[in-house]
Amino acid sequence: MFAQSAVRFSAANISAARLLFAAIALMAAAFFYTPAQAQQINPTASAVQEEQLLNALQRGQAIEGRVTIPDQRSSALIKPAGQDWRAFHQGTMSWIAAVAIIGMLIGVAAFYLLRGRITIDSGWSGMKILRFNSLERFTHWLTATTFIILALTGLNLVFGKTVLLPLFGAETFAAATQWGKYAHNYLAWPFMIGLVIMLVIWIKDNIPNSTDMTWLKAGGGLFSKGVHPPARKFNAGQKVIFWSVIIGGAALSVTGVFLLFPELAGSYANWQLNQIIHGLVSVVLVAVMIGHIYIGSLGMEGAFDAMGSGEVDYNWAKEHHSIWAEEMRAKQEVRAAGTVGVVPAE
Amino acid sequence: MARMKFLCDADRCIECNACVTACKNEHEVPWGINRRRVVTINDGQPGERSISMACMHCTDAPCAAVCPVDCFYTTADAVVLHSKDLCIGCGYCFYACPFGAPQYPRVGNFGSRGKMDKCTYCAGGPEADMTTVEYEKYGANRLAEGKLPLCAEMCSTKALLAGDGEIIAEIYRERVVTRGYGSGAWGWKTAYQETIAI
Repeated sequence: MFAQSAVRFSAANISAARLLFAAIALMAAAFFYTPAQAQQINPTASAVQEEQLLNALQRGQAIEGRVTIPDQRSSALIKPAGQDWRAFHQGTMSWIAAVAIIGMLIGVAAFYLLRGRITIDSGWSGMKILRFNSLERFTHWLTATTFIILALTGLNLVFGKTVLLPLFGAETFAAATQWGKYAHNYLAWPFMIGLVIMLVIWIKDNIPNSTDMTWLKAGGGLFSKGVHPPARKFNAGQKVIFWSVIIGGAALSVTGVFLLFPELAGSYANWQLNQIIHGLVSVVLVAVMIGHIYIGSLGMEGAFDAMGSGEVDYNWAKEHHSIWAEEMRAKQEVRAAGTVGVVPAE
Repeated sequence: MARMKFLCDADRCIECNACVTACKNEHEVPWGINRRRVVTINDGQPGERSISMACMHCTDAPCAAVCPVDCFYTTADAVVLHSKDLCIGCGYCFYACPFGAPQYPRVGNFGSRGKMDKCTYCAGGPEADMTTVEYEKYGANRLAEGKLPLCAEMCSTKALLAGDGEIIAEIYRERVVTRGYGSGAWGWKTAYQETIAI
């Protein structure tokens, strides 16, 4: 019984020694092999590097990944295009706007100083002729008033903080700009309605034809007294205004609706592009309109009546729209004692 | 004064999204807005990396530059904050931000997007520190309490670091030197026009 237990003891002793040896061997192995092992499993060998990704980006691209939140747009991690947009908006856009608008104002002022007000060469006839009916005038003024408010509230977003903010203070300026934004968003719709009616009622008179070439060659008679190239209801200059308004207005409408409802516009790059197009087209259109407003009011005697009362002086019509005036006179002859057309002024 | 920055060590981030949750909860951020999110690059591929991203509080911040009502301001700690009273919700800051930080409570609605919301670096807004008005508009002002942003404070792997730029850059530099690798201080070049030289 004793011998048995001695044997068992020594067996236990041997197994304990073996275990100890194995443990020491394992620790030694761990000690010697771990660094080599770590070098083999390099956790960064295929890891993405920010610098590589940034360098590989094309213009307008973003470093994108996966997000687990519902807002999938937030999966764009870094979008350097934001800084391009900033550079454009703060630099190029402001310059183009300033040069176009101030340049146009200077141009108009210079034209006024050099050429003066364009008068009716043959004087007032005292005879009136209906140029624009009430629908035409309504459409014109609907589009015009909304355009002016849209232009001013739009320009406020570019120049307001430089020009107006120091004058009125942050609170007043922000409140006014907020209302300006509401006005811009809501008046865009009547402006678009105006564009559509305008297109429908005036497109037939705005198709370019051969008379426009002669009109343009003569510079529209704008630069020399007593020169009056023939024109129909709209001369080439007015056709340019019409198509600027229609094409520019369409571009502003499409981009404007996208700016209002960004979800319709697709990607982030599109959002920025819409804003850029919207800004550039508006500035060009504002410049064109400054010229239009000048020549339709201060710049030309008798011109405002066309959109004011709707009736223009017959001599004015003969000088600036000879073919149209002749047609109207012919109609008047057909109608003999009609109420529309050439009527004596009181 | 410190120049506060965020730094996400992508080699430590495990995409647990706790920073996202902590931020939402700490500031009672409205439904649909995430001031912070975790983006995983090369998801499922060897070497994928996750980065926790929010407003980086840029040097010469693009949002502030383009804001038409100048509603942004930079605190003495270089934290970029904004006034929701002045904000008109035009969306320009979103167009300009390289990190997609500005968000609006109403997306694609007509008339107004609502006031812009973004990460405040747990520093509130222009209202008096730690007031109810400030909390309701901007969330908690932990900085005023002497604490750092919660997202970074509770990050379990200490991947997300917040604090003075020089100090957190030094921590990151030490880590990279010690372990021998680092995928970069994500967003630093874009936000601060500098990277951390190792």
